[in-house]
Amino acid sequence: MTFRKYLVLAGITIFSTLGDSLLARGMKDIGNIPLHDLSGFLLVILNPWVALGILCLLAFFSCYMSALSWADLTYVLPATSLGYVLVAFIGHFGFHEPISPTRWVGIMMIAVGVGFAAAGPSVTPARPVLEREAHSAVVTQDVNS
Amino acid sequence: MRDAYTWAAIALIIAASMTGDVLLSYSMKRVGDVGTLWKQQGLLAVVLRVIGTPTFALGVMAMGVAFYSLLFGLSWGNLSLVVPASASLTFVANAVAARIFLHERVGRRRWIAAVLVAGGVILMAA
Repeated sequence: MTFRKYLVLAGITIFSTLGDSLLARGMKDIGNIPLHDLSGFLLVILNPWVALGILCLLAFFSCYMSALSWADLTYVLPATSLGYVLVAFIGHFGFHEPISPTRWVGIMMIAVGVGFAAAGPSVTPARPVLEREAHSAVVTQDVNS
Repeated sequence: MRDAYTWAAIALIIAASMTGDVLLSYSMKRVGDVGTLWKQQGLLAVVLRVIGTPTFALGVMAMGVAFYSLLFGLSWGNLSLVVPASASLTFVANAVAARIFLHERVGRRRWIAAVLVAGGVILMAA
């Protein structure tokens, strides 16, 4: 794992959180879209918050695809969940929203969970390869003995 | 009946996002490390190669289904039930699917991570 790869993982967390928040902010301006007039759906991208949000989500998707090209799915996914923690911190320190003890426990659990995954290997060899290696190891052992 | 619809939507979200994640991960493993590829052949080659992978399009479609299921789920059920229930169960479902279909070695370390994150997401929404 190089520093650049950790940057990509950080990009996943930050861009997905930022994108969701910007979309939510934009949709608050727009309000409820009536189901009988779906043309409003096409016009929402003209809202600057929504447009910025979509750009962030595109950046998130690029980072996510990049990470999946060199790391396991089960390694990348916990990184995405750090966004929940980030939103809670932004709400708490930025907008002075109170965080209940239950939510603090949740934050701790997510952080520890991500730490558990991040401390391990980022990519594991596919099982068939491993079995082949194990098999050849046994064969060499046999030859040696 | 409303509950049944809500849980059906949650089940659909989980199934679709699990399918999408597995397909996308599979596609990107076939494409290879995009950082190296970018350095050697340029960004356009990377984009063309990703788009040219058939399973990539399928993965994106599955993600689209998951997104619309989420919208429908939210119109039937509460935000505080639909989002944490689908997000946390997706983590566990993905760990199982990655093990079966992608042959990732989900060791004790990653199981603990999946369960802790799933539990944490539920508590954060509580």
